[in-house]
Amino acid sequence: MNMMMGKATRKTEVLISIHEARLHYAVGGAFAAMRGKSTVVKAVDGVTFDIRRSESVGLLGESGCGKTSMGRLLLKLEDTTDGTIHFDGEELTKIQRKRLKEFRTRAQLIFQNPFDAVNPRFTIRQTLSEPLENAGIKRSEREARIIAALELVRLPEPAQFLDRYPHQLSGGQLQRVVMARALILQPEFVVADEPVSMLDVSVRAGVLNVFRDVRDRLGLTAIYISHDLALVRYVCERTIVMYLGRIMEDGPTEDIVHQPLHPYTKALVAAVPVPNPDQSHDPLPIGRGAPDPRNPPSGCVFRDRCPQAFERCAAEVPQPRPVGTRSVACHLF
Amino acid sequence: MTESLLSVRDPLLSVRDLRVSYQVGRNFVHAVDGASFDVPKGSITGLVGESGCGKTTIARALTRVMADNASISGGQILFDGKDLAKIPEREMNALRWRDIAFVPQSAMNSLDPVYTVEYQLGEVLRRRGGLDRRQARARCEELFEMVGIDPGRLTDYPHQFSGGMRQRVAIALALALNPKLIIADEPVTALDVIVQRQILDQLKELQERLGLSVILVTHDISVVAYICDRTVVMYAGKVAESGTMQATLTAPSHPYSMGLRNAFPDLQSAAAGILTPIEGAPPNLANPPAGCRFKQRCPFALDLCGAEPPVIEVAPGHPVLCHRAKESAALRIDAARTETWMASA
Repeated sequence: MNMMMGKATRKTEVLISIHEARLHYAVGGAFAAMRGKSTVVKAVDGVTFDIRRSESVGLLGESGCGKTSMGRLLLKLEDTTDGTIHFDGEELTKIQRKRLKEFRTRAQLIFQNPFDAVNPRFTIRQTLSEPLENAGIKRSEREARIIAALELVRLPEPAQFLDRYPHQLSGGQLQRVVMARALILQPEFVVADEPVSMLDVSVRAGVLNVFRDVRDRLGLTAIYISHDLALVRYVCERTIVMYLGRIMEDGPTEDIVHQPLHPYTKALVAAVPVPNPDQSHDPLPIGRGAPDPRNPPSGCVFRDRCPQAFERCAAEVPQPRPVGTRSVACHLF
Repeated sequence: MTESLLSVRDPLLSVRDLRVSYQVGRNFVHAVDGASFDVPKGSITGLVGESGCGKTTIARALTRVMADNASISGGQILFDGKDLAKIPEREMNALRWRDIAFVPQSAMNSLDPVYTVEYQLGEVLRRRGGLDRRQARARCEELFEMVGIDPGRLTDYPHQFSGGMRQRVAIALALALNPKLIIADEPVTALDVIVQRQILDQLKELQERLGLSVILVTHDISVVAYICDRTVVMYAGKVAESGTMQATLTAPSHPYSMGLRNAFPDLQSAAAGILTPIEGAPPNLANPPAGCRFKQRCPFALDLCGAEPPVIEVAPGHPVLCHRAKESAALRIDAARTETWMASA
């Protein structure tokens, strides 16, 4: 296990710096263009934030808010349309081929659906050997690394799993294998995209506990993508709330849970159901409808559903402003 | 299970010792293995459990719209003086839509992509409800207003609606012929939290206004806490416990329900706390263990759990399938501690 520990944890140092990042997709094609419809979806539209070393940041929002696109940008699975992302001082779009391979070992993705994330014809040993092989780890060392990675994710008696196939494992066990694969090259940075949404509740807690534990032990920098604030709260000290490609609110998770400031965050917090029958529920402070990424409103993208919107919201895009421990993009602040 | 254990007066639906099995090759998998519960009139009953516990199989058995290899192998489904497990298919078909309607998990899969929504709603109203074209049109508009969609969108195709709107359309479809019972299979699982809340509010409002009974199949006990009046907790093809929502969530009496409560994050709690998983996985139903099916994962299992557990009523109308149900108050205190569940791993 020693080989996987001992990364310096300097919490103040910025590992990733995102400045005015944009990711625009062309959609619809010629027919939509002829009918005068927008042919660009602004999945990420001018996002700026820093991630410090060993920080866990939750990217929170509904489907279509750009959280997964943001994760893809951070891993250089997509290149920014505009703006910059620096990883440890290096601009991701300018990274050279040889350095890219190094980046690919330093930054890893934990997939949402464990059953889709592994090759069903590979045994667990093959699944975990592949990244080691790609990284040029000697054959003789691989087995020990695989066992260590499986122990790290607390799979009991890991040796018994090596020759099994994915379908012989439960969802919780397989998600731990997926996590082990992401961690086996000792990355500094991981992006976890809804890693427990496919799992049953009784095993979800176990996977979340492993995630928290591994992150703390290895001093990982982590992005946790989810639409569920209750889960983000469990694993992240800081939360970034996104809506239609923009950041609405960014701050310490506990502050956001107990006192959301942005009207959208307020609605998100109010909407989360709690397993307590005695909890009273306020009416949801949000208008009907769903965000339409093809046709976002002018000014503030949330204004058409916002119960507190006023004239300025249509005219002017709110810029993030510091409010106490947080940053909020809303004309009310 | 005897009648006295399920003291719901005048239920709309009574399920008694229901067995449903799937034929896989030459073997039978008993996905539902002796389930009994009642659904009172004008209430929402949450059918809760993990994947593979049999909750969707029950929901489908109640409408007898099942997979080709599934069959009801025993028990009764008493509804309106009939046993739905036994009546001929023609009679059953007459009940579908009119008395019992189904809302599927993925509304996209229940809507035909090549027809407008109005056509699909109208088809049900005309073929099954006997309405003429003009009446059907008026009813379509009424239904859309009921579920909160602009009737101007009736001529749209399913792909033109968002996920939440499609789920509303599926609810409108289910309401088309004024059924008494709606069975909704994970109706909000694929939706974002805000949309989920809006759909649940809509469902509750309609249920109260129309005096409907609803069976809500879900894996999420916070959805149950938000909307249900009663809970039926299922584990590995059996009902672990059932009772009022209040009783089953504040005083869970089956160790599985106790564990489920610990595994759920509560956003309203002061601190994030620690979530405790239930180690292990549910048994393979092709070859279930003898005795209690939860015993391998249960921190309170004793030798006697190798024998078939009895149904014990811990309070009136709160039956629990557990050898140690009488000790449930004491077990609950232990179950609240994380260490209790670590030891069993």
